[in-house]
Amino acid sequence: MTKKQTPHKFRGLEVDPHHDHIQGPANAPVTLMEYGDYQCPYCGAAYPIAKQIQRRFGDNLCFVFRNFPLAQIHPDAEVAAEAAEAAAAQNKFWEMHDYLYEHQDALTPPQLIAAAKLLGLDVERFTDDLRRHAYAERVREDFLSGVRAGVNGTPTFFINAVRHDGSWDFDTLSEAINAELKQRIAA
Amino acid sequence: MNDVISAHPLSRSETIETQGYTRTPTAKSGPLPAGVAAPDFSLQAAPDHSVSLKDFRGKRLILAFYPADWSPVCGDQMALYNEVLPEFQRLHADLLGISVDGAWCHRAFAEDRKLRFPLLSDFEPKGEVARAYGVYRQQDGFTERALFVIDEQGIIRWSYVSPITVNPGADGILNALEELESKGVAA
Repeated sequence: MTKKQTPHKFRGLEVDPHHDHIQGPANAPVTLMEYGDYQCPYCGAAYPIAKQIQRRFGDNLCFVFRNFPLAQIHPDAEVAAEAAEAAAAQNKFWEMHDYLYEHQDALTPPQLIAAAKLLGLDVERFTDDLRRHAYAERVREDFLSGVRAGVNGTPTFFINAVRHDGSWDFDTLSEAINAELKQRIAA
Repeated sequence: MNDVISAHPLSRSETIETQGYTRTPTAKSGPLPAGVAAPDFSLQAAPDHSVSLKDFRGKRLILAFYPADWSPVCGDQMALYNEVLPEFQRLHADLLGISVDGAWCHRAFAEDRKLRFPLLSDFEPKGEVARAYGVYRQQDGFTERALFVIDEQGIIRWSYVSPITVNPGADGILNALEELESKGVAA
């Protein structure tokens, strides 16, 4: 799996801080972008690793999360993604993102509404957004941008817009980011 | 269509047998390239019915050869295509998955993964269609992870073989279909 493929680089992977959900400085030397699914167990396993990576690289790293729900095999993934976007509309994307990955077995609409309450969201607005699928289009947009960029499963990581085909365990991911960082700093 | 194939400088099955088909089979023999007529086939799509290439005349078709039902990478790849299916359809293309697994195995796999497109069994004689397309791995007894985009006239317009452990994603297919779309119906 560590075999290098032709790197995938696309304009669709450029970060738009007004549209994307980002943590860390938008102009950080390295951007780590994840395409993830809230019901995917591998994404659940990657969640604490991404946190650990963020702690290690601090302001040298911009972390971006985009939705990639595989709705046919993960029946709650789509509504969970819409819930995170509905929370984003109330400036609580990351709170919801973290909550969902910490409660992957509780992603049905009533459970999502309970989560919204817990996170202090305007529950009426949140519920209405879910019911109307207010953010379905946004989720689909993320999904398609991922498909066009070569996302081939979840989670898929991109480091400065190049798909990371290696393992995403902490050491491998961290080493890849470090290599990119050194290159940026040298440039 | 078949006469175009026999007129091809190297008959595919001949190429495979004479070259022994070692670990890098595609470098020498390789998948049928763009511009070649797609060899016809008739394969079981379910225990009780078959599908032929001829059935898709006048339509665009994606053939996704993959090594085996149930293996992790294939599962991801088919799950991904299942989600991208509406995009393929928007670009007027149908999708068929093909492996050497039997029809009953395919049925169980498709039910488990909720696949919304047919899986064909290149089962008896084993791998015959894959050989005709230049994507059979003699030493392994299964097919390459290979993609073909076929136009309305039954001509291959794009083909690609991915490293066996790498899920090729859907971006190459979409690019090929969009190119067909922009050229309109082939002259």
